[in-house]
Amino acid sequence: MEDLNSISLNSQNEKNIGSDQLDQRNLDWYIDKAVSMIVFIAGISAIIFIVGIFLFIAKEGLSFIIKDMDFTEFFTSPYWEPSDEDAPEYGILALILGTASVTGLAMLIAIPFSLGTAIYISEFATGRTKEFLKILVELLAAIPSVVWGFIGLTIMNPIIIKLFNVPVGLNILNAGVILGLMAAPIMTSIAEDTLKAVPDHYREAAEALGATKWQMIYKVVLPAAKNGLLGAVLLGVGRGFGETMAVLMATGHSINIPTSIFDSVRALTATIAAELGETAQGSEHYGALFTIGIFLFLITFIINLSADLIIRGVRKK
Amino acid sequence: MKITTIKSTVIAGLILTINISSFARLAIQNKGSDTLVNVAQAWAEEYSKKNKNVAVAVSGGGSGTGIAAMINGTVDIANASRKMKAKEIKLAKSKGQNPIEHVVGFDALAVYVHKSNPKKNISIPTLARIFGRKGTVKKWSQLGITIPGCPSDKIVAVSRQNNSGTYAYFKKIILGKKGKYRMGTLDMHGSKDVVDLVEKTPCAIGYSGLAYATEHVGVGCISKSEDGNCVMPSVKTAINKTYPIARPLFMYTNGEPKGEIKVYLDWIKSNTGQCIILKKGYAPIKNGVCS
Repeated sequence: MEDLNSISLNSQNEKNIGSDQLDQRNLDWYIDKAVSMIVFIAGISAIIFIVGIFLFIAKEGLSFIIKDMDFTEFFTSPYWEPSDEDAPEYGILALILGTASVTGLAMLIAIPFSLGTAIYISEFATGRTKEFLKILVELLAAIPSVVWGFIGLTIMNPIIIKLFNVPVGLNILNAGVILGLMAAPIMTSIAEDTLKAVPDHYREAAEALGATKWQMIYKVVLPAAKNGLLGAVLLGVGRGFGETMAVLMATGHSINIPTSIFDSVRALTATIAAELGETAQGSEHYGALFTIGIFLFLITFIINLSADLIIRGVRKK
Repeated sequence: MKITTIKSTVIAGLILTINISSFARLAIQNKGSDTLVNVAQAWAEEYSKKNKNVAVAVSGGGSGTGIAAMINGTVDIANASRKMKAKEIKLAKSKGQNPIEHVVGFDALAVYVHKSNPKKNISIPTLARIFGRKGTVKKWSQLGITIPGCPSDKIVAVSRQNNSGTYAYFKKIILGKKGKYRMGTLDMHGSKDVVDLVEKTPCAIGYSGLAYATEHVGVGCISKSEDGNCVMPSVKTAINKTYPIARPLFMYTNGEPKGEIKVYLDWIKSNTGQCIILKKGYAPIKNGVCS
């Protein structure tokens, strides 16, 4: 009723007063403009931030890359001794191997777990069990990484020492298990989404042909969802590469070329975290750490981008 | 609505407290060496009891942290267990800082082993063969030792993160000026962490300030050469320079200290201040300070 009244009032006013009043720039108009502006900025903020972050990392690392960096040494030398006064060494091979070995083991653990959970939730579980499991998986994903690191440091460490009779329990095995458990929930969520996206008539057709449940999953559902599942795995790998705190605490933080899963190693991310706060801005060491940052950024960017493209490919079909 | 009110109250409160503290007390920012952090805290506490107008904010993180903060100009006094490098002084000067060095005490750098480790006398050349990159000693049996509880026989060398002053000093004295650490050392992020790990790991050997010694860990007796007499680290052997790996501890200020910072440093070097460092297990810069 009020609206109608105001409209009729407005139309009366228009007749009486000049064309200025046709301009409807009242408070609501401004609010509308302001809100759409804010939403627009929020919408593109992700782009602004990512470009800004990349520019910042590149700027800080650039002088090192141009002036002091020896590409072959950087990628092929295992010796990282940046604080040496006379002959600092900037080789990240051991760090790359450390990150790769921990992530690799984590994936060996996380892939069967997360795929199994996703298949169970999507194909077998029904009703309350299904909802309950989904909530639990999401809860698992919300545990802060420093808590995982603490578990590695105080619980896994003595268990590994006792079980395998090794001198130190902070090693690839410890970090790999912790990281696997951290990556699994995210991979489960995405894998479950992909399995859900497989149309039901595929399943019905398979069942109509007399396939058992396992035959249906193995021969029909998994092949139909394979791109999305690969995407889920890649996101898990990206998570593994980028994880810092838990890896810093559970690997033993030791520069090493690993020869067994009981060797302590050091990760790229952990090196940045442990050393950046203590370097003078603008020093060679500072630039070298930012160069590691650029390297990590590029790797995770490529992994996440390919994961995204693969998942997108699935959706289009 | 509620949230915004709470937020603004919190912000207003923060601004208020910041203002009050900055008006009422002068805060000296003191940061750096993990070796010095306990004694720096003890100094700060004692000093604030005596002088209510000055608050000294102490934090650790390693000599590198303190020196980096001095170079970046974010600290009043930087603690360091090593000298500033020529490069660092140059960088500081290019940023408009002028670091001035003050010796505030001496520290014996102890070599720690597990309580059950039978070997207690270690020579500097042996340490170099354990920690150095060219070193060949990787197993305890190579030194003729079997440690109960260390079936793998592997020597677990415990070191520090590469910005630590202790790391740099140990490298210079044990491995020589051109020496490098070997790969595979466990790099701990604090003096106390080294002792904690060695305490729990029968195969381990590590180095850290003597002040971090506990009764649950073995302390090595150090000799200069393979067949020389070994000396136990103590305040006494650090003062009379018979212990081979004792080092000066430094505080750096930006320019010659003035005002409250000068008063504070003078107090640290006075008998009262030096008695505190002695009680914390370090050697003072002069004799007879606690009389």
